Amino acid sequence: MGRSNVVITGLGVVSALGIGADELWKGLVEGVSGLRPLKHMDANGFPCGVGGEVPDLAVRDYLPKSYRKATKVMARDIELAVVAAALAVKDAGLTTRADEGEPTLPAGRLGCQIGAGLIAAETAELSRALAASVNDDGVFDLGLWGTVDSENGRKAGGGMNHLPPLWLLKYLPNMLACHVTIVHGAEGPSNTITCAEASALLSLGESMRVIARGDADACFSGGAESKLNYMGVQRLDFAGRVAHTDEREDGSKVTMPFATDSRGGVQGEAGAVLMVESESSATDRGAAVYAKVSGFGAAQSCQGPIGTGVWEPSEAELTCDEALADAIAGALRDGGLQSDAIDAIVPLGLGVPDLDAREAGALKSVFGDRLGDLPTITLAPNVGNCSAGQGGLMVAVAAMAIKRQVLPGRINHGAADMGLDAGRTKASERLMKHILVCASGLGGQSAALILSAP
Amino acid sequence: MSERRVVISGAGWVTPLGYEGDRVWSRLMAGESAIAPIRGYDAETLATNFAAEVTDFALDRVLGEAAKPYADSGVGIQFALAAACQAMCMAQLGEPGQGLTGGVDPRRFGVYLGAGEGRADLANLAATCLAGWDGREVNGAAWSSEANKRLSAKREIEQEPHVVISYVAHAFGLRGPAFNCMTACAASTQAVGEAFELIRYGDADLMLAGGSHSMIHPLGMTGFIRLTAMSTRRDDPSTASRPFDSSRDGFVMGEGAGMVVLEELEHAKARGANILAEVAGFGSTADAFRITDIQPDGLGAQAAIRRALAQAGIDPHARDKQGRAPVQYISAHGTGTQENDGIESKAVRGVFGDLAPEVPFSSVKSMMGHLIQAAGAVELITCLKAIETGRIPPTINLNNLDPECGLDHVPNQSREVNGGVDVCLSNSFGFGGQNDTICVRKFTG
Repeated sequence: MGRSNVVITGLGVVSALGIGADELWKGLVEGVSGLRPLKHMDANGFPCGVGGEVPDLAVRDYLPKSYRKATKVMARDIELAVVAAALAVKDAGLTTRADEGEPTLPAGRLGCQIGAGLIAAETAELSRALAASVNDDGVFDLGLWGTVDSENGRKAGGGMNHLPPLWLLKYLPNMLACHVTIVHGAEGPSNTITCAEASALLSLGESMRVIARGDADACFSGGAESKLNYMGVQRLDFAGRVAHTDEREDGSKVTMPFATDSRGGVQGEAGAVLMVESESSATDRGAAVYAKVSGFGAAQSCQGPIGTGVWEPSEAELTCDEALADAIAGALRDGGLQSDAIDAIVPLGLGVPDLDAREAGALKSVFGDRLGDLPTITLAPNVGNCSAGQGGLMVAVAAMAIKRQVLPGRINHGAADMGLDAGRTKASERLMKHILVCASGLGGQSAALILSAP
Repeated sequence: MSERRVVISGAGWVTPLGYEGDRVWSRLMAGESAIAPIRGYDAETLATNFAAEVTDFALDRVLGEAAKPYADSGVGIQFALAAACQAMCMAQLGEPGQGLTGGVDPRRFGVYLGAGEGRADLANLAATCLAGWDGREVNGAAWSSEANKRLSAKREIEQEPHVVISYVAHAFGLRGPAFNCMTACAASTQAVGEAFELIRYGDADLMLAGGSHSMIHPLGMTGFIRLTAMSTRRDDPSTASRPFDSSRDGFVMGEGAGMVVLEELEHAKARGANILAEVAGFGSTADAFRITDIQPDGLGAQAAIRRALAQAGIDPHARDKQGRAPVQYISAHGTGTQENDGIESKAVRGVFGDLAPEVPFSSVKSMMGHLIQAAGAVELITCLKAIETGRIPPTINLNNLDPECGLDHVPNQSREVNGGVDVCLSNSFGFGGQNDTICVRKFTG
C-alpha cells in the first residue's frame, strides 16, 4: 500500500501581529509583541487587561461578493478561519470556487480539517434577549423566555425571539470548516477537532493521514479560535490559564515562557489555516513547498492535572507531561527519526509556570542533556495563547523557519531557565533540517508534528 | 504490508430507552417511544416542550464505587462514562479505575470521541449577564464580579468536550492518540470512522470511540426552536418524531451516549476477544453547499455512502451471494425534518439505483429522538444488534409515507431479515453539510 508524502504549500495566518504569515514572521523576527490593551471587551474587573487581539479583521474583503451576506452568521472564530483559509489558498497558488476560472483540484479531492473550540455566544446579543425575559423581581424567568402561552393562561414573554433565527449556526464549532468548504468548494473529507491547544496539531495530523491514505490531494488544516470574550476568558481563568496582573500595556511582560517568574498566561486569538498537500500534487502543479510533514504522534494524559479537581495528579505528571513525551516519541517513530535529528523545537510555552515545567520535563525526557542546546521558537509573548489556533501558528512559523533557514527572535522578559534555550534572543540564520512542533491541550490531549526540509 | 483490519469488540450505550443493551434493543424492537413532556426543567412556554430524556439513570448503577468522583459532573460526562464502562467491560478490557487488563499496552489504546458541550448553567449565566448589562452594552467589572460569585469553575471547565476524553481516559487508563470532534449531528459517526482509520494506519491497536451529548436544556433547545428545526407537536409528543412520514414537522431532541471498542483484528484474535462485527468502510464528505440547506440532490451524502461502500469493497448495484441487495440495513440519519428525510432517501436511491427499494432503511430517531452528537454511535450499535440478531428496528409513526422518501422504511413493525443481516450502513449528517457514513459487516473470519 503506497502512502503519499505530505507537504505544506500554503500558509494563511491572522494573529495579533497582523494579517498574513509575513506579518507574523516579521513580528517574531523583530521581537514585536501584539499583546496590548484589550479593546473588543471591557476587561475591567478581569484578571488580565491585555491580550492578543487581531487588528482590523475585515472578513468581507476575503469573500466572494455572493457570499458576503453570510458574515451575519459568523462568530469571531469563523471570521478568523475564513480569512486564514483565503490567505492559505492564495499563498498555495490554488484556484478554488472562490475565484474565477477552473479550480485547480477536483472538489472531492479537497478536504478540510480545521480545529476549533467551543464558541461562546456573544454576551451583548445574549444579554439583550435575557433582559427581555425578567420577571418583576428582576430575575430571569424561563416562562418569559418562551414564546407560547400555556393552556392554563400563563403568558409567554417571547424573550428568545431577540436572538436571530440562525443564532445557533453562528456558534457551532464545525461552522469554521463549513464556511470554508462552501466558499472554496471543498467536498472531500471534513472534520472539526476540538481539543483546545492541541486542536490544530491533531487536525494537521489527521489531514496528513487523509492525504497519505489517498482520500484527498490537499486539505485545509490548522485551527482558529478566539476566547477573547467574557465567557471565554472567564473559563480560562477558572482553569488557571490567565495571569492575574496589573500590567495594562505590554503583555510580553506578563507571559514569559519557561521562566519560573512568569506571571501566567495571556490570551490571544488567531486563525491559522495551512494548505497541506500530497507531494505529488504539489509537484504536478509546480507549487512551492515550505516543508514536508514527516512525522505525527498523539497521546493522552490519564494522570495529569485537570482543573476540575476530580483526581489528584500523579507526582510524576507534575514534573513531566508524559503524554507529550509519548506524542513526540510517536512523531519521531512515524518519521523514522531519532531525537538527535531534531534541530529546533516549537513548544507551546504558555508562560504558565506549572504547565511550562511539565512541558519542559517532557522535552527533557526526550532530548536529555541535549535539550539546552536546541533552540526553541516561542510565540506566546508575541501573540498570546490562541487556543485552537495556536498549533496552526506554531506550524506556520516552523514552516517559514525551515524554508528560510532562519530562527526568529524571542521576546522573554523573564529568566527562562527550565533547561531550555528559551531566553530573549535575536533572529539568526541556522541550518535546520527537522523542526519539532508539539503541544498539550487543557484536557491532556497531546500532539507532535515534525516538519522537515523538502 | 498487509491491510490492517478493524473489528468491534465492545459496545455500550445510554439512551432515552434505557442503558442495558438487551432491554434497549427489545424496546426498539417493540417500537416504543421514549418521547414525553420535558421533566428536567420548566418548558411550558417553549414551542417544543417535549423530548426524549434519559430517565432512571444513575451512574453508580453502572460504575459502582468508581462513580463517586463524577457525582456532580455534567450529564454528558456521566453518560459517556457509563457507555464507555459497558463497552470496556463487554470487551473484557477492564473495569473503571482498575486500569487496563489483559496485558494491553495503554499507549496503543486511544480515544476518539464526538462528545458535545456540557449543559449550560442558564440560571447563573442569566444572572451574570443581567448583572453586566446596562441595556446598551456589557459592563465587564459587573459581569465578572457576578460570574465569580455565581458560576462553578468545575462546571464551566467541563463545558469543553475534550474534558470528556480526560475523564474517560483517566477512568480506564488509556494513553494512546486522543481526539474529540464536533461535527454537529455527524460527530460520533465521524469519531468511530476516524478511529477506524487510525487503527488501519497503525497509529493505535485499540480505540474507544463514540459520542455523548445532551442538548435537553433551555439554551440548547432555544437554538433549534429559533431555527424551527424541531417538532412542535405539543399535543401528542409520543408520535411527534415521524421520519419519512408526510406529516413530519421536525426532529425531536434526545440525549445519551454510545461507545464502541475498535480493535485491530490480529490483536483481538490474540487475546481471544469476542468480535461483534467488522468495520468495513468509512466515508466523510462535505456538501460545500449552504450553511442552512442540504445539497438538494444529496450529492454530499451520496459521496459519503459511496466512499464507505468502496472501502468495504461493496458494489451497490450487485446482489449478494443470497441474491439480496448488498446491504441489509441502513440506519438512517432520518431526523424527521422535511428537508433531511427526502434528500437522504434521494441519496440512497442515487447510490443503490434499482436495488434501493430492497434495502431496509429505518430511523430509530422515531423512538429515541435525535441524540445529536451521540446519535451516530448509538445508531451504529443498533447495526451491531441487527447483525447479532438478524432483526432490524422499525420507523414508528410512519402512517402516511411521503412519496419523496418512498423506500422501505420498515414502517411501525420490527422485522426479521431473511438470511440474517450481514452488512449495515449508518448515516449521519450534520448542519453545514457534514456527511459521514460507516459500513459494518458480520465478522466471518
